[in-house]
Amino acid sequence: MSMGDRPYKIVIGLEVHVQLLTESKLFCGCSTKFGAPPNTQTCPVCIGMPGVLPVMNRKAFELAVKTGLALNGEIARFSKWDRKNYYYPDLPKGYQISQYDLPICRGGYLDIPAEDGEGTRRIGIIRVHLEEDAGKSMHDEKAGRADSRIDLNRAGTPLLEIVTKPDLHSPTEAKTFLTELKLLLNYLEVSDCNMQEGSLRVDANINLHIPTDDGGHVATPIVEVKNMNSFRAVERALTYEAQRQYEAFLETGHKLGDVPKQTRGWDEDAQITRPQRSKEESSDYRYFPEPDLVPVTITEEELERIRATLGELPAEIRRRLQTTYQITAYDSDVIVNQGRAFVDYYCRLAQGCGDGKMAANWVQQDVLRTLNERQWTIAQFPVSADNLAELLRKVRAGELDTAKARMVFAEMVEQRCSAAEAVQRLGIVQVDEGELRRLCEELVAANPRVVAEVKAGKDKAIGSLVGQAKKRNPNVNPARVKEICLELIQRQA
Amino acid sequence: MTSLNRFPFDTSVTELLVALRDGRVTSQDLVQAALAQIERYDRRVGAFLAVRGEKAMDQAREVDRRRARGEKLGPLAGLPVAVKDNLCMEGEPTTCASRMLARFVPPYDATVVARLKAADAIIIGKTNLDEFAMGGSTETSAFQKTRNPWDLERIPGGSSGGAAACVAARMVPLSVGSDTGGSIRQPAALCGVTGLKPTYGRVSRFGLVAFASSLDQIGPLAQSAEDCALLLEVLAGHDPRDATSINRSVPPYREVISHRPESIKIGYVPEMLSDGVSPDVVRTMEEALNVFRSLGAEIREVRLPHARYAVATYYIIACSEASSNLARYDGVHYGYRTDEKAMLAELAEERRRLQQEGNLAALDDLDTALVRLYRKTRAEGFGAEVKRRIMLGTYALSAGYYDAYYLKALKVRRLIRQDYDRAFETVDMILGPVTPAPAFRIGEKINDPLAMYLFDLFTVSGNLAGIPALAFPAGLSTEGLPIGVQLQGPPLSEERLLQMGHLFQQVTDWHRRRPPLIEDSPQPA
Repeated sequence: MSMGDRPYKIVIGLEVHVQLLTESKLFCGCSTKFGAPPNTQTCPVCIGMPGVLPVMNRKAFELAVKTGLALNGEIARFSKWDRKNYYYPDLPKGYQISQYDLPICRGGYLDIPAEDGEGTRRIGIIRVHLEEDAGKSMHDEKAGRADSRIDLNRAGTPLLEIVTKPDLHSPTEAKTFLTELKLLLNYLEVSDCNMQEGSLRVDANINLHIPTDDGGHVATPIVEVKNMNSFRAVERALTYEAQRQYEAFLETGHKLGDVPKQTRGWDEDAQITRPQRSKEESSDYRYFPEPDLVPVTITEEELERIRATLGELPAEIRRRLQTTYQITAYDSDVIVNQGRAFVDYYCRLAQGCGDGKMAANWVQQDVLRTLNERQWTIAQFPVSADNLAELLRKVRAGELDTAKARMVFAEMVEQRCSAAEAVQRLGIVQVDEGELRRLCEELVAANPRVVAEVKAGKDKAIGSLVGQAKKRNPNVNPARVKEICLELIQRQA
Repeated sequence: MTSLNRFPFDTSVTELLVALRDGRVTSQDLVQAALAQIERYDRRVGAFLAVRGEKAMDQAREVDRRRARGEKLGPLAGLPVAVKDNLCMEGEPTTCASRMLARFVPPYDATVVARLKAADAIIIGKTNLDEFAMGGSTETSAFQKTRNPWDLERIPGGSSGGAAACVAARMVPLSVGSDTGGSIRQPAALCGVTGLKPTYGRVSRFGLVAFASSLDQIGPLAQSAEDCALLLEVLAGHDPRDATSINRSVPPYREVISHRPESIKIGYVPEMLSDGVSPDVVRTMEEALNVFRSLGAEIREVRLPHARYAVATYYIIACSEASSNLARYDGVHYGYRTDEKAMLAELAEERRRLQQEGNLAALDDLDTALVRLYRKTRAEGFGAEVKRRIMLGTYALSAGYYDAYYLKALKVRRLIRQDYDRAFETVDMILGPVTPAPAFRIGEKINDPLAMYLFDLFTVSGNLAGIPALAFPAGLSTEGLPIGVQLQGPPLSEERLLQMGHLFQQVTDWHRRRPPLIEDSPQPA
């Protein structure tokens, strides 16, 4: 692994928490919908009242298995629940139901686009496990009273923890991994990964390997970085933290093992990481098997049934688009990043118009721009792939030039009509080939000076004929006029 | 109530149900009789933490009305039933005999409470227990002592002390308790009543305030095996809200109680009749074995080699689970909370003092307000025994000790279960003592937790193995105190245990003996 222009190698492992897209919570029937008034989506089970018991949501388990399969991991045929004990006001039972030694999935990997744009990098996954989310504490400190309020709507929401190997070697790569993971989970319909709503949260472990004269290296102490609220924040926080560790090493010489593991929080306003109180880190969670739940088993049949729901995943789709439609890695990336429905639109368009590259250009420029401008999803887009294919076929057949095609496209969007209808509405009349030829013959005959210039090798002079043709009949296809005129002039010679 | 004798609950529940059906007695009569008996004796016995006098009478009236209209009624229609106060009942305080939950009113019914209501039983009140069911004498209740109706100076056993005492004093015919390490069987034995700890999972735990989740089980207490059968039939059954509940149909326990099992082989463990066991208990056991022999049972010796580790194993597992189960009582969401103003003032005072002293280290270690809230709430809300067990459990689960204690205990638990599996290959059930001695005096062991724990010696194995066990009266000590024995069987053998208990009670009358308290009292007019 190259160190780029840095005097050290960065080693990063991520711990990603994603909320699963289930209707109800992991151990009770409460809704998981985001944004409800505080404490309205709760019941005696998720607020931990005396005597109540958890019952597992099988759907959440299946989504976890689906994710494990998509990450190429080993699905445990037998997994169990454990209690992680700690006190916090937003944890009403005083323990979190999680998985300790027998997670749903072990191992696996995710291939991400390599930083140099060539091929992919394989990032190892250590484990994937399911647990319940805690509630949310809201601290109102501006009143000076440090009043805290607790919203337990989120308590008990199914949460998937995905832990990577320390395989990431730059902050950018960490961001790329997160982007790719988010895309995968979107495709799997496992999570919407919305960081604003807290449905994806990420912590990072980072340290440096600093080369020594003997060809080896020293490792700096590992730091856990928390409180990063966007993928960009992850990139910035890790960039800051790497440099900070390097400077700290130069100053103190502390190596891995010299000091206890530190936790630092990203301060978005100050753009720095700050140490968190050491008291908050050292915990003995006293894990033990959750006696209120039975172990979870899965049969081969169930596993196969879930595997069958995976569908084609982003990496495979990219490869398929590149080989089937002869488009670039960049183009396939843009298309796949828009989601499964967009990919389907593109494929139908490419097949319908018979030109993958042309289809790629149109969806990336005209279609995407319109979607962005109007805040539409592809499902809301009024021009069907078949209708757009009809338009592109006209372009390929020379019936329309690109400028006209764009006008027709705009009309199709406005009027929600077919390409033929739009052409008619715009009064674009296809000029008959015989008529066009007569027009060109007249022009060639009436402009001997121009003909002479063309013959003398000044091809550009033909533009004058094209201009006159357009003036006499605005519906002519300029490219065709040029073609016919050239042909007539050459025949004179 | 002319057709019933002066202690209506001396009559079997089956007969009471017939009398109700025939109109010889009304539900109001029965509830009134229960309330009268409670009124008369409970000031001395202290079995109840709450009595639902008016509400119970209203319900009785309603049941009588429905009966008069010829409506279909549930199997326990109109019968007063007592419920241990660690079972949640919607709208009624459920205290677990703890300061922590003194004012806690659950917005839901425990599954067993819902089943009792659906069976048209009348819940007459909530019975006393050791705090959070942690204890074997009902002395750790934060609210009151319960006294043994056979000798008011003695403990009724525990933790279901109130549940057993109210049946013994003929206050109710039926009572629901919970058994984590003997908490139904031990008080049943010490109070001279019959009690069943069902197979783990046979009865839903939903709404039972957890002590040790992998051991807790709800069960019936009554005067006879037959009455227990009737109540168990209502309590038992699969519950989708309890993931550990067993999904198997419930046999008609009451209907089949008189079926005589053929060629029954009963085992006993000779070691259990040796050192440390009172001669009264040994004699009672021998007599009970003889009764079963005379009933045609084949008696065999069996071995349970790991039984001697049961108490240690039990206290590690039970306390570990309890330390986690009781973490939720932290003063944040519900239940007892320390006086916040006083707590904050105290904290400010400490900070001021440390600042004056310039003690920076101590200042750095000073609790945050939140941590101090936890500490004070729990210090004030829990009693000594609960704290002891939380500390034991926290220790056993801590990093560095987990393998030596908790994990080891799980392994021994498996061995204890295997002992039973092996034993049940040669015998159908095992007869054994319930306690090493009859009821001890109030205060006798309260300052000696180890002696108290060792009193659980014969009962905890059943919970560790998850097997059912029926305790029933089988004799009196030389001092006139009840002595019980228990029949343990393989998982889901409740039917057979009840049949054998019933058979025993057909030829003996220990279960019909009344405590001197109610014999000696002046007769009601």
